[in-house]
Amino acid sequence: MTDSLLWQLARTFGAVSMIAIGGANAVVPAIRHEVVDVLRWMDDATFMHLFAIAQAAPGPNVLVASLIGWHMAGFAGLMVATLAMVAPPCLLAWALGRWMTGVSGTAGFRLAQDALVPLAVGLIIASGLDMARASYAGLSTVAITAGAAAWIFFTRINPIWPLAAAAVAGWLLR
Amino acid sequence: MALFALRHMDSDRDITLGELFRGFLKIGLLGFGGVAPIARHVIVEDRAWLTEKEYATVLGMGKVLPGANVVNAAVMIGDRFRGRLGALACVLGVMLMPLVVLMAVATVYARYADSPGVNAALAGAGAAVAGMVMGTGLKMARNLRPSRTALLIGALAIVLIGVLSLPLVPVVVALAPLALLLTWLAGRRKAAR
Repeated sequence: MTDSLLWQLARTFGAVSMIAIGGANAVVPAIRHEVVDVLRWMDDATFMHLFAIAQAAPGPNVLVASLIGWHMAGFAGLMVATLAMVAPPCLLAWALGRWMTGVSGTAGFRLAQDALVPLAVGLIIASGLDMARASYAGLSTVAITAGAAAWIFFTRINPIWPLAAAAVAGWLLR
Repeated sequence: MALFALRHMDSDRDITLGELFRGFLKIGLLGFGGVAPIARHVIVEDRAWLTEKEYATVLGMGKVLPGANVVNAAVMIGDRFRGRLGALACVLGVMLMPLVVLMAVATVYARYADSPGVNAALAGAGAAVAGMVMGTGLKMARNLRPSRTALLIGALAIVLIGVLSLPLVPVVVALAPLALLLTWLAGRRKAAR
């Protein structure tokens, strides 16, 4: 029973990992569909609860898979789900990195770099806007967002400080 | 060393496996609500492993690939400095602390989930992360000194994704070839002059 559960975890997250372009947030609906509707491992409320915990913890957002693994099959589940979610994209990134070694001096690579770097930077700013909209709850959140953006833009000081300050401010302003 | 040389890789300093591991350990531990701001802080400003453009390239590749951005970046950066073992050290570094913290948070979360104080603090932190991500992107844009073509490409991405909230994958599939075409045309125009 446990064996087949671990296998299901590996298969589910291994498949999801390969379509998670832009990180796990892109596939949260797919994961929800799989674990709630298809496999019937948990109800919607439990899924949202696990998702909230994964958001609250530090680290990359693929951790939602780790937590579902833990919820379903303890430590072994956590390890299997994490590996399944992380290993396939890692191998792909590794192969791509190696391939880039070979082409890095060429005109084609420079063209691709000049074209795709601004796209990537634009996408970062865009995702910040998206997150700002999601976290909007009145003027105080706008002030916090603007203050944190200014801190990053104008200083080289560790970004953990505005984050901690904002958490305290949120707590005080409640 | 098998490195993907971006621009001035011949000046590689010796970066040990331990340094790589500790750098990514810090990124994983401090990356609340999204690791992009702290990752850039450690890699470009604190440890100076990569230049702004190199980092943007690695991150750009990481964004196009499936999987978490920062994990993909960890693989490429680790492999660049220390080969396969380096890639492994970076990935372990970035995943280790979050997994430990995750188990701890999951254990205590049920008790505090309904506390208004905790939720207000998380909401404040969420607003800050949004600002940190924007600030990181704007700072990268400033440091890269973009051409007019680059500004146009970046602005298109911001409007389509950030303002109009269109889905990421189709936008990237449409914008990437357009960006290549615009950059190629701009290069030709410059060469013609």
